[in-house]
Amino acid sequence: MTDTSHTYSAAAEAGRLRIRRTRWQRLQLELMKAPASAKIGLSIILFYAAMALFAPLIAPYGEAEILPQPYAPWSAEHWLGTDQIGRDILSRLIYGARNTIGIALLTTLLAFAIGGGLGLMAAISRGWLDQILSRGVDVVMAIPSLIFALMLLSVFGSSAASLILIIALLDSTRVFRLTRAVSVNVVVMDYIEAARVRGEGLGWIMRREILPNILPPLVAEFGLRFCFVFLTIASLSFLGVGIQPPTADWGSMVRETAQLIQFAKYDLSAAITPLIPAGAIAMITVGVNFTADWFLHKSSGLRDEQ
Amino acid sequence: MSSKTQDVLLEMRDVRIEGFSDEHWNPIVKGVDLTLHRGEVLGLIGESGAGKSTLGLAAMGFVRAGCRISGGSIRFGDTDLRTASEAEKRRLWGTRLTYVAQSAAASFNPAHRLITQTANAAIREGLFSASEARGAARGLYQAMSLPEPDQIGLRYPHQVSGGQLQRVMTAMAMLPQPDLIVFDEPTTALDVTTQAEVLLAMRRIVEQHNTAAIYITHDLAVVAQMADTIKVLRHGQEVEEAPARNMLSAPKEAYTRSLWSVRKLEKVTKPASETVLAVDSVDAAYGTVKVLDDVTIRLPRGRTVSIVGESGSGKSTTARVIMGLLPPRRGQVVFEGSALPPGLKGRSKQQLRRIQMIYQMADTAMNPRHTVGEIIRRPLEFYHGLTGAAAEARVLELLEQIELGADFYDRLPSELSGGQKQRVCIARALAAEPDVIICDEVTSALDQIVQEGILRLLMRLQKECGISYLFITHDIATVQAISDEIVVMHKGKVVEQGPKEEILSPPHPEYTRLLLTSVPEMDPDWLTRLAASREAGTNPATG
Repeated sequence: MTDTSHTYSAAAEAGRLRIRRTRWQRLQLELMKAPASAKIGLSIILFYAAMALFAPLIAPYGEAEILPQPYAPWSAEHWLGTDQIGRDILSRLIYGARNTIGIALLTTLLAFAIGGGLGLMAAISRGWLDQILSRGVDVVMAIPSLIFALMLLSVFGSSAASLILIIALLDSTRVFRLTRAVSVNVVVMDYIEAARVRGEGLGWIMRREILPNILPPLVAEFGLRFCFVFLTIASLSFLGVGIQPPTADWGSMVRETAQLIQFAKYDLSAAITPLIPAGAIAMITVGVNFTADWFLHKSSGLRDEQ
Repeated sequence: MSSKTQDVLLEMRDVRIEGFSDEHWNPIVKGVDLTLHRGEVLGLIGESGAGKSTLGLAAMGFVRAGCRISGGSIRFGDTDLRTASEAEKRRLWGTRLTYVAQSAAASFNPAHRLITQTANAAIREGLFSASEARGAARGLYQAMSLPEPDQIGLRYPHQVSGGQLQRVMTAMAMLPQPDLIVFDEPTTALDVTTQAEVLLAMRRIVEQHNTAAIYITHDLAVVAQMADTIKVLRHGQEVEEAPARNMLSAPKEAYTRSLWSVRKLEKVTKPASETVLAVDSVDAAYGTVKVLDDVTIRLPRGRTVSIVGESGSGKSTTARVIMGLLPPRRGQVVFEGSALPPGLKGRSKQQLRRIQMIYQMADTAMNPRHTVGEIIRRPLEFYHGLTGAAAEARVLELLEQIELGADFYDRLPSELSGGQKQRVCIARALAAEPDVIICDEVTSALDQIVQEGILRLLMRLQKECGISYLFITHDIATVQAISDEIVVMHKGKVVEQGPKEEILSPPHPEYTRLLLTSVPEMDPDWLTRLAASREAGTNPATG
């Protein structure tokens, strides 16, 4: 057994190196290994994103363009017919992707900025700040969020800005809890102490030392949170206090065309019309969930990689 | 069957084990033979990653998740453990084949009483009735010198100390009177004083019942006490095997000799110089629990002062007070003649820069998401304002200095071995260009051969840069290797303080004597002598 050197050398010690790949190569490899559900989820998201981004190019008519014939049936001219005041439903569906997804995304980002920031601060400082924030969050979470949102919206009015702010605030409580819980485990590590002893400020410790380590669960939560926000906005719109006309939005489209269902025995396609925006809502929820599931599995399933 | 083969309890031939990583199977154990006779104790030693634990578990027919036995044969008595069904193996496990894990605290179920867990396997397999098993368990607790052997079994795992838990686990392994026990580093996590007690108890019981054992460790002095035969492993292959005494006195292979040489590292004491850092009659407490009581320590410039003591003696708390993490209740920390502000917030960047700390667990001391380059670069940027190419050049210089090199720049901590990680932590401390480095048990999580490398590096850096070290440790061999002065701490108080030679030679205060005699020596008769002297209550001759 004298073939291996017996003199000690730190550089040579242990050290079969992991194969280094560029970020892009790793991404390709991950995508290839992804389960079918994740691929479906990703394609749904890509499809919706394309719709939202290129809505004016794809939609045959304008978002609020009123055409002479209301309640037009499905035809070559209006693939999904027109609504009660003669707007092309397909066009509104496509613009709806832009509005509903855009507002939901903005709301989720805001919820993460508020909840994540406060959660990190609570985890680092502990003590009274943590107590105040955590108990405050408990109180807010004790009230059913949809009812709370309805109440606040009726007080502040249903503008897009107040919609975004109110839902973001309500949802940030859940983000706060998660961020605090995962950061508490990181805060006790020696490298955080090492950074404090070095004299680093709170901002650096939050951004550079903690955030990279809690990112995987937060990204997965972002996907799920987005779905909930999306559903909340759709429900509020369905109830009439969400996104206001003439802005196209799937939730209010379901409401506006809902009464068409009763004509099912005369024209089946008319009855399907209100189900299409509902289906669009369901599809994106499923797509985002599939993707978030895959990501959660990847970030928690360390065993698979070892 | 001849009497010779009947005598053989376990026979492993050309055992090969593979682990799955990076999308293919990599060999961990590359064809090892192992024969164990009834009543024989085999010591399995080697650096981490040598395959010791994997081989030890394979001796029980067990492999960890993600591993597989890819070749060879394992015969235990009349059973072929490679082909035996899970049910057959489960009947052997916990009865004829038992296992003592490294971390007892992580191995007990916190929801059940100790005695229930001790007796469980024996009752399940019908070896004893419930009351017989409990009686036997109490007998073993007594044999393991556990306090209140009749009552201790009624406690839950969190209600006893780590050393006691380790002994309860050994009692659990002994209870069914097994043919073979596999001990996987059973004392590594214990204090020296507790370790000596546990070793004594384990050896006594193994001898009494003529049980065979495989003892896995990286501590040579410990294996010297326990084993009849020693097998050295490296990179999954056998280096050599010989009776313990022969192996200790005349190791054949160069690698084995290099393992032995670690303990021979010694530093010539330098005379004291002017004081750079002093802890001046400090009291400190966590809440209402007082942990430091009138502690005074003086660190001369360019020298190494070691603080020794068992866990809970206040060593690490002293370090926290110096670093400003725990403001003292009374007293002060004096740096170059002027008192430092007690808390971290009151200290200036320069004051922080000049005292750096290296942690015991290099794993948790480095952010797993930062590369080696980023880790070393940050103090350069933060304290010295170095950026861009200048910072990078300095990082490379530091990497050279810690004997790693430029290819480590882009690696993540998870891609480094234990010793390499600790070196990066040393480089991070060096980057600040400090006057004092506090080393908190920096080598105790490492293998001996790696320890030696780290200690040599620290000594070289002291010579080159004139850094002073405050070295916190519980390992006397390390103390001998590196220190100029020694401080002995016990229960938050300084027991003794002075030059190394003075502290290590008699006469000793009571606690220092206990600490020094508990450190295993390479002499295979050390434990026997210790047992005799503790029974007689006299002072053994220390080697």
